[in-house]
Amino acid sequence: MSAGWEVVIGLEIHTQLATKSKIFSGASTAYGSEPNTQACLVDLGYPGVLPVLNKEVVRMATMFGLAVNATVARRSVFARKNYFYPDLPKGYQISQMELPIVEHGEMFITDADGNEKRIGITRAHLEEDAGKSIHEGLDASSGIDLNRAGTPLLEIVSEPDLRSAKEAVAYLRKIHTIVRYLGISDGNMQEGSFRCDANVSVRPMGQKELGTRAELKNLNSFRFIEKAINLEVERQIDLIEDGGTVAQETRLYDSDKHETRSMRSKEEANDYRYFPDPDLLPVEISDEFIAAARAALPELPAAKEQRFVSAYELRADDATILTASRALADYFETLVEATDAKPQIAANWVIGELSGALNKDNKDIGDSNISATDLAGLVNRIHDNTISGKIAKQVFEAMWNGKGSADEVIESQGLKQITDNSAIEAVVQKVIDENPSQVAEYRAGKDKLIGFFVGKVMQETRGQANPGQVNQVLKDLLKA
Amino acid sequence: MSLDKDQVQHIAMLARLKLSDEEYAENVKKLSKIVEFVDQLSSADTDGVVPMAHPLDAAQRLRPDAVTDINERDRFQENAPAVSDGLYLVPKVIE
Amino acid sequence: MTDFHTQTLAELSRGLENGDFTSLQLTEALLQRISAHNDKLNAFITITADEALAAAVRADAARAGGSAGVLNGLPIIHKDIFCTRGVKTSCGSKMLDNFISPYDATVVAKLQQAGAVVLGKANMDEFAMGSSNETSFYGAVKNPWDLECSPGGSSGGSSAAVAARFAPAATGTDTGGSIRQPAALTGTVGIKPTYGRVSRYGMIAFASSLDQAGVITRSAEDAACMLGVMAGFDERDSTSIDQPVPDYTAAIGKSIKGLRVGIVRQHFDVGLEAETGARVKDAIAMLESLGATTVEVDLPNLDLSVPAYYVVAPAECSSNLSRFDGVRFGHRAENAEDLLDLYCRSRGEGFGDEVKRRILTGAYVLSAGYYDAYYLKAQQVRQLIADDFKRAFADVDVIAGPTTPAPAFKLGDKFNDPITMYLNDVYTIGANLAGLPAMSVPCGFVKDLPVGLHLVGSHFSEATLLQCAHQYQQQTEFHQACPEDFQ
Repeated sequence: MSAGWEVVIGLEIHTQLATKSKIFSGASTAYGSEPNTQACLVDLGYPGVLPVLNKEVVRMATMFGLAVNATVARRSVFARKNYFYPDLPKGYQISQMELPIVEHGEMFITDADGNEKRIGITRAHLEEDAGKSIHEGLDASSGIDLNRAGTPLLEIVSEPDLRSAKEAVAYLRKIHTIVRYLGISDGNMQEGSFRCDANVSVRPMGQKELGTRAELKNLNSFRFIEKAINLEVERQIDLIEDGGTVAQETRLYDSDKHETRSMRSKEEANDYRYFPDPDLLPVEISDEFIAAARAALPELPAAKEQRFVSAYELRADDATILTASRALADYFETLVEATDAKPQIAANWVIGELSGALNKDNKDIGDSNISATDLAGLVNRIHDNTISGKIAKQVFEAMWNGKGSADEVIESQGLKQITDNSAIEAVVQKVIDENPSQVAEYRAGKDKLIGFFVGKVMQETRGQANPGQVNQVLKDLLKA
Repeated sequence: MSLDKDQVQHIAMLARLKLSDEEYAENVKKLSKIVEFVDQLSSADTDGVVPMAHPLDAAQRLRPDAVTDINERDRFQENAPAVSDGLYLVPKVIE
Repeated sequence: MTDFHTQTLAELSRGLENGDFTSLQLTEALLQRISAHNDKLNAFITITADEALAAAVRADAARAGGSAGVLNGLPIIHKDIFCTRGVKTSCGSKMLDNFISPYDATVVAKLQQAGAVVLGKANMDEFAMGSSNETSFYGAVKNPWDLECSPGGSSGGSSAAVAARFAPAATGTDTGGSIRQPAALTGTVGIKPTYGRVSRYGMIAFASSLDQAGVITRSAEDAACMLGVMAGFDERDSTSIDQPVPDYTAAIGKSIKGLRVGIVRQHFDVGLEAETGARVKDAIAMLESLGATTVEVDLPNLDLSVPAYYVVAPAECSSNLSRFDGVRFGHRAENAEDLLDLYCRSRGEGFGDEVKRRILTGAYVLSAGYYDAYYLKAQQVRQLIADDFKRAFADVDVIAGPTTPAPAFKLGDKFNDPITMYLNDVYTIGANLAGLPAMSVPCGFVKDLPVGLHLVGSHFSEATLLQCAHQYQQQTEFHQACPEDFQ
């Protein structure tokens, strides 16, 4: 990136709200059904039908507003955004324009210098999603599937407070975490439940006025977002440095070609003619409604992170990792509850072996092969010296592969640690008898050879002898 | 205020209406008359008047989040001019 | 054959109840009458003879089984703006000439549940945009009182059919006077209730914040009966109001002694044809003789109601009619080159001139740079007009005046001048802007053409309006007069 330039980014995040039915109709929002089987008369924009607002959508937006310290509007208004497109059945999208349900929120991220940075949330408003156009396999036609039409969206608009692609991704991750904590969205980016557009501009360092911005669309993974923004920043700087000017336009990111390109077709004659939707009355939210939403708020990531550090004495970065999702944090807490070991030990297992296994199998914590209480069973066997930490990894692997609980695996594979002193003494004696020259060297002062003897004993016991005891017995018997 | 043909063409495009030359001529004339007629509104003193979007002073009623509609695709598509495999067809959309 | 067609809904209901005749006999007789006379009027877009006969048979069976609804076996007509399942619902437009509704409007379902037998779907101005019925894709409807005259619009098929005694009642919709103006011009009773009183679900939208369903009958008593069935909260319409429906039929019998009737000074200013004004004044005198008192009231912004309306209504219509794009239903242009061509030609071919004009007007007043000067300004003026009414209703129970500036005009007379046509709605539009209930009652004739007395009440005062109209009709016979060719 060129020096002397400041990057200014604002994000518009579209989050599908996890309701059962659509925002204005009683059709299901389930993903992946046969085309148009979840499009009722209201979703199809049939003549004569009318929208009726889903209460859950309002509750979810209210929870989001509270979670980001925003103002939840006592009165908000739905408006019509008028434009023609095949995936927009009515020829207008019902959205919120002048009076959105959420305004003036904030989110904190950590910037490149490790400092906490406030990112303003201008507004979050409710609207309906559009359907999908399918272009493949239909010759000269496109096919329209309106199953998604009418799915509730919360559009979260940030202030242009972000100064790098990294900050944009950090902010996006925070919002992603929050909506999943609140249970208001599944945040599934592959299925399009969490989408992002970025408004990107550059200006010479120190300049007050904002540069002309381009809107990047189609940013559907955290990785692409960072790449696409950096690419766009480079493009703009190159353009200006070559004496050109940035056009205000919408650009599409193509992840295959790794380029952004202009979407002029969508730009022409952009006059949405917003006006209040006469089919819907103003949404009024009472103090009781807000109080109920507040009472239903879960502990939020920042608070949970702090508590993990203070109550469990975890390392700060571990606390951050463990609170990245509510499911992971819940898993960890269930594990801690069920084990006598120190919480940090439990944390190490979750962040280490468990996360590794999940990643390898491309699974979420919710689909873990080992439940938190089962993992507690394993951690407890280390804690009570039944097995060593090393053997435990072997047991974990067996558990992951469905071979049973920790106790079952230890039992069936005979992995129980040997703690019987006389049994250990017998093995140690055998090792001493078989290696007379090393014994002589050790006794002559070559202390380092202790490791050699420990290795031999562990080999004999297939690693099951208690390492502490082995050390002690070796030292005792070699002294003689 | 009167409208010229360019303006009528612009709004006809916004409204996705194909008009013949005669229709353009007719609409330039009649729309100008209508706009001139509604220009009377400017005489009203509306300082501080809250615009009225609804005839009744009521709030939006909220519906419980429940799935009440079942799949009736085949019945609803009986009115559709062109469908294939459950999809509504339009001339290819280039993005 | 009995004189079924001369009887009101109430009279026919008694006949059915007494077993004097069956619904099947009644239905057959009216269908016969329609097939004999409709050609003269063009009042129907669709006649549903088979469905009507089947419904009549069901109604007779229900009555025999002791489960007859309020309207059991009684024939009615629906304006073709109401969606009727399995039956063509055209809204008077080429755009929907091939449209078979897959569902019933709430009004249709309620009337069906009450046992009504639907004879057909009435002709109307295209998408209810018009005051003369001349914008219909199916041709103009003629006024039974003079076949060269318009029956009014947009519910012109409904008003002509009731005036010609094809049925005792027909549903209508009223966005700026579309029930009351045709009622006045055909000598029938028409009521537009309070906005939100009757569900709009399944009623093809013209201007959502102004549209309201109502009914055209010959007597206020029949209107009370119909409205009682049609009214009520509907969970499918966010703008319908959850308030109990009064027993209108019980309310109309009460005397209007002491009723405070407001007379609007501006109503009798320039623009009102003299003889029409005289008939209206006679009617007001009659109300006074029945014990009502009159009070002069002021609606200072009345003259701005038409321009405000012709901004608000087109704005809403331009958006409401965007769904007609040739993709999921309705007319689709052939051999479209691309998507834009499909849209522009489907809509260009499917909509008629007046509809296109209103869509264009609406797109214009909402477009960038004009929104504040037109749309927002009109919404402010709308508030001023609503405030005027509110002040007036502090002093009076109803406001009485003319429904139209003159009796029925000749077909073709105003068709080419939109402003003259729009000004025909000057007395009726205010009630739509303010969401108030209003009705028209026949109050005499000018050169053998009927004229109407317009009554407006405060929100949810339908019972008072119906009571006033019914008491007036007990003393007058204008509503019993029948056009000569349709005796």
